[in-house]
Amino acid sequence: MALPTYDEVIAKWDPVLGLEVHVELNTNSKMFCSCATEFGGAPNTQTCPVCLALPGALPVVNEKAIESTILIGLALNCKIAPYSRFARKNYFYPDMPKNFQISQYDEPICFDGFVDVEIETEEGPKQFRIEIERVHMEEDTGKSLHVGGATGRIHGADYSLLDYNRAGIPLVEIVTKIVPGTGKYAPEVAKAYVAELRDILRGLKVSDVKMEQGSLRCDANVSLKPIGSDVLGTRSETKNVNSLRSVERAIRGEMIRHAELLNDGKKVKQETRHFQEDTGLTRSGRSKEQAEDYRYFPDPDLVPVTPAATWIEELRATLPERPSLRRKRIKEEWSVPDKEMAAMINADVLDIVEATVLLGADPTKARTWWLGEISRIANDQNVAVADLAITPADVAELIALVAKGELTDKLARQVVEGVIAGEGKPSEVVAKRGIKVVNDDGALMAAIEKVCAEQAETAEKVRGGHLPAAGALIGAVMKETKGQADAARVRELLLGHLGQA
Amino acid sequence: MIRKTAVEMADALAKGETSSVELTQAHLDQISAVDGQVKAFLHVDVQGALAQAKNVDEKRKSGEKLSPLAGIPLALKDVLAQREVPTTAGSKILEGWRPPYDSTVVSKLKAAGVVILGKTNMDEFAMGSSTENSGYGPTFNPWDLARTPGGSSGGSAAAVSAFEAPIAIGSDTGGSIRQPAALTGIVGVRPTYGAVSRFGLIAYSSSLDQAGPFGRTVLDTALLHEVMAGHDPKDATSINAPVPAVVQAAKSGDVKGMKIGVIKQLQGEGYQKGVQTRFDESLQVLASLGAEIVEVDCPSFEYALAAYYLIAPSECSSNLARFDAMRYGLRTGDVNGASAEAVMSATRDAGFGREVKRRIILGTYALSSGYYDAYYGSAQKIRTLIIQDYAKAFTQADVLVSPTAPTTAYKIGEKVDDPMAMYLGDVATIPVNLAGICGMSLPAGLAEEDNLPVGFQIMAPAMQDQRLYQAGAALEAALLSKWGAPILSKAPVLAGSK
Repeated sequence: MALPTYDEVIAKWDPVLGLEVHVELNTNSKMFCSCATEFGGAPNTQTCPVCLALPGALPVVNEKAIESTILIGLALNCKIAPYSRFARKNYFYPDMPKNFQISQYDEPICFDGFVDVEIETEEGPKQFRIEIERVHMEEDTGKSLHVGGATGRIHGADYSLLDYNRAGIPLVEIVTKIVPGTGKYAPEVAKAYVAELRDILRGLKVSDVKMEQGSLRCDANVSLKPIGSDVLGTRSETKNVNSLRSVERAIRGEMIRHAELLNDGKKVKQETRHFQEDTGLTRSGRSKEQAEDYRYFPDPDLVPVTPAATWIEELRATLPERPSLRRKRIKEEWSVPDKEMAAMINADVLDIVEATVLLGADPTKARTWWLGEISRIANDQNVAVADLAITPADVAELIALVAKGELTDKLARQVVEGVIAGEGKPSEVVAKRGIKVVNDDGALMAAIEKVCAEQAETAEKVRGGHLPAAGALIGAVMKETKGQADAARVRELLLGHLGQA
Repeated sequence: MIRKTAVEMADALAKGETSSVELTQAHLDQISAVDGQVKAFLHVDVQGALAQAKNVDEKRKSGEKLSPLAGIPLALKDVLAQREVPTTAGSKILEGWRPPYDSTVVSKLKAAGVVILGKTNMDEFAMGSSTENSGYGPTFNPWDLARTPGGSSGGSAAAVSAFEAPIAIGSDTGGSIRQPAALTGIVGVRPTYGAVSRFGLIAYSSSLDQAGPFGRTVLDTALLHEVMAGHDPKDATSINAPVPAVVQAAKSGDVKGMKIGVIKQLQGEGYQKGVQTRFDESLQVLASLGAEIVEVDCPSFEYALAAYYLIAPSECSSNLARFDAMRYGLRTGDVNGASAEAVMSATRDAGFGREVKRRIILGTYALSSGYYDAYYGSAQKIRTLIIQDYAKAFTQADVLVSPTAPTTAYKIGEKVDDPMAMYLGDVATIPVNLAGICGMSLPAGLAEEDNLPVGFQIMAPAMQDQRLYQAGAALEAALLSKWGAPILSKAPVLAGSK
C-alpha cells in the first residue's frame, strides 16, 4: 500500500503527543562535583574522582543547579516539592562511570505545570495548553566514540573512545503530560512548544539552549488513535531531535509511518527511534517491549532536596516576563502587524529590536532596519544577526541621524555596511567616508529640470495629475545626485515644479 | 615501647624521651617480626611512614604546636583511599590501584601528624565478619592463631592487639569495628552516622557505612575519634555540628546517676555462657559505680538482621557497579575483540569473591521491579521501627548495653560455608547501624570456657558519642583495677614478638 498523505492521516487518525525535553544547565560546575562544564574541552580534561566514579568518591549536589531547576519549574507554572529526592537509575554502559545515573524518579522537584503556546493557522491564531507532568534534575553521561564498524554504534565497532567531560553535567528533564486534541496541528504545536520552552529558558538565563550543540534536546512520543476513540494507541519515542524544524518533521513523519502500519492492520511497535536529519525519517533503535529494569532506589549518598518556601518565593520574584506575554505586549505597544511580528520572531531579532527601541528609536524604523538591511547582510554572510558587529546603539544613532536629515535611507545603508565592516560608530563612518546629504535646493532643482527635460513624456503625465508616475522621475533625480539627496525633499520640489504641490 | 598506650607514647614524644622515627621503626620491626603469623597488613608503607615520622620530629624540634597524636603510628583499614598507596578494599578487582586522592579521614590524619604504617586486611569490600572473605587470605587472631579476629576490620583489630600499632582505623557497616574489637580484646567505636566523613571510604552500603577508631584504651580511642570526626562538605551526609567532647568524656569516666538500659532482646538464648557471664559481671560493676540498671524492650530488633541483609546488599549491588574494568583496577577477557559487556562480565566474575557476588545478586533481586516493595521497601519500614525502638529506649536510659557478639572468636573455616551462622554473629551490632546511632565495644574480660576476650557494647543516641566514652572509661577503670593488668597482657606472646 502507498504511504498515506498527511491529509489522509488526519482524516482518519487523531495524534496524541508526549514531549520530553532535556536541557543542559549552564552552571559553572557539574551537578555533583566542582569540574568545569565548558563545551569542547580536550577529552577527559574536565574530570575528577567524583565524575570518574573512583572508589570512595561521593557526589554533592550543586546548589546553583537546584536554583536553576526551581526557576524553570516556576516559569512553567509548576508546583515546587518541599521535599524531593535523587534516585539511582542502574544500568551498565561504559560512558556512565558509576554504572548508574543519578536522577529523580518518583519524587521530582517540580510537578503539575503548564505552558500555553500559540500557532498561526489559516483560521487565525490558535492557542494550546501543554500540561507539564514534571521537571526533574539528573546528570549527563559521558560520550562514546565508536571507531570502526559500519554503523558508528557500539556493536561492530573495532574499539571505542570514552570522553567523560560531559559526565555529570547538570541536566533538567521537562516532561509533558500526554497532549491530546492537537489534531492536524500536532507537528506545529510540538514545534511551538519547544520554541516557547527555548525562549523561556533563554529568558531565565539557565541554559545556552543551543539545539545544535545538544544543550536542548527533544524526545518526541507520538501515538495515533482513531478519531473519536478514547483508547490510546501504541507510542514510539523519537530520540534527540536536534532542531525546531526537526521536531515538526519528526512528528509528521511518525504520524504518517504509524498510519501506514495501522491502515494495513499492522501494529505499531513500542520502541525508541532515531531521527535522521537527512531524510526526515526515523530508524528503529532498541525495542522497549521488554522494559529495562533500572532498579531505581533513593541515592543513599545524597540528602533530600528541601527548598525553603521563602527561597522559592524569592526566586519567583526574579522571574522575567514570560516570552509569549512579552511578545503580545510588544505587538500592541508598537502596533506591529501579525506578519511582521512573526518575521521578527523567526529572524530572532525581537531582543535586539527592543534594545534599540529602549534607546529611543522609533519601533517601526528599528524593526525595519534589523529585519531588512541588517538581516540581509547577515544572510549574505551566513551568520546570526546578533553576531554582526552592529549594536542597538549604532542602529538607534543611525535612525536619529536620518530623522535629523543628516542621512537619507540610502546613505544610511552605506553607513550600516561601514559599521558592520568595523569602521566604527555611525558618526565615525559618516565622517570617514565623507557621506553627506545634498540639501542644496539649487543643485536639486537643476537635477529635477534636467530629468524632466529628458523624460518629458513622464513629466507631462505628472503635470496632468497622474502622481504615481512621479516615482520614476524621483528615482532618476536620486541617481543624478548619486543618492545623496533627501528623497522627500526631491519629491516636494519635483511636484512643485510640475504644479502638483 | 610498643606495649604502651598511645597517650603514653605521645607523652614520651613530648618529653623527648623518644622520637617518632624511633617509635615508628619499633612498630615496623614488630610488624616484620609477627605479621607473617597474624597477616594484619596488606601493604606496609615503610618509606611513607618513616618520612611522616621524620617530618613530625622536625616540626616538634622547631617548636611547632602539634596535635595530641602527632608522631603516633596507626594502622589504616584498606577501605580508605590514601594517595599513591595501594588501596584494594580487600578485593582482587582493585589489585594494584593507587588512588590519585586522599580520603578525608586520611587528610585529617596527615594534618594531625599521625603516622600511617600501612593498609590492613579486611573482608572484601567490608562484607564479612571474619576477614576470611579477603581476596588476599585471612587475618589470624593474635589470641589464638587458629581463630579469626572477626571482621570486616579484622586486620586493624589484629594489628592493635598484636602491638603492631597502638591505634587503628576501621569501618563499621553492621558491626565491623565493634565485633573484631570484641574478639581481639581491644576498644572499638562506631561513631554516629555522618560524624566521620565517608569521602574516600570505598562504599559497601552507603547508608550504613561509618569509619571509626580502634585503640587499646578508651582514651586512646577517643583521641583518634576526635582527629577523624567533623563536618566535611565533600560528603552530603556529613553532619554539620561540633564533634562531641569525647576526649573530655574519656578522661572524666563517670557513671554515677547514669541510667543504663539492658536490651531484653540482646542477651540470653544464643549467647555463649562465658559471654553472658562477663556481661552480667560488667553490669554489676557499673551498678557498684552508681549507675542505675534498667531493662528496655526493643521488639523490632528481631527483624534487624533480615532488614540489614536486604538494605546492605541492595546498596552494594549499585555501589559496586563501578568496578567494570573501564577506568581502573582489574581487566580480564579483553581479547579477540571482546565486547565491552563481555570484558565487564569477565572482570567482575574474576575480580569479585563469592560473598561479594552473593550480596550483589541478593541486592539486585531485592531492588528489581515487582520485588522492590516487598524487600527493599519492607526493610526500610523495619529500619524506621528500629529507630523508634531506640528513641523510646533512650527516654528510659542514657545509654543502652549488650554483649557485642554472641560468642568469642571462632575457628577459621568454622562458619565459612554457613553464611547464616556467620550473619548471626552480628545480631547485636546491626541495630546501631540501621538507626544511625553510635556504639562502642570494650573488653569485659575473658570467657571462662575458652580464655578468649569478650566484648561489652555500649550504645548512645546520635551525636551523643561522648556518653560511650564516659560510661566506657568508668567501666574500663573499674575492670582494670579488678584485673590488676590490661587484658592484652593475658594474651599469648607471639613468636618473635618484641
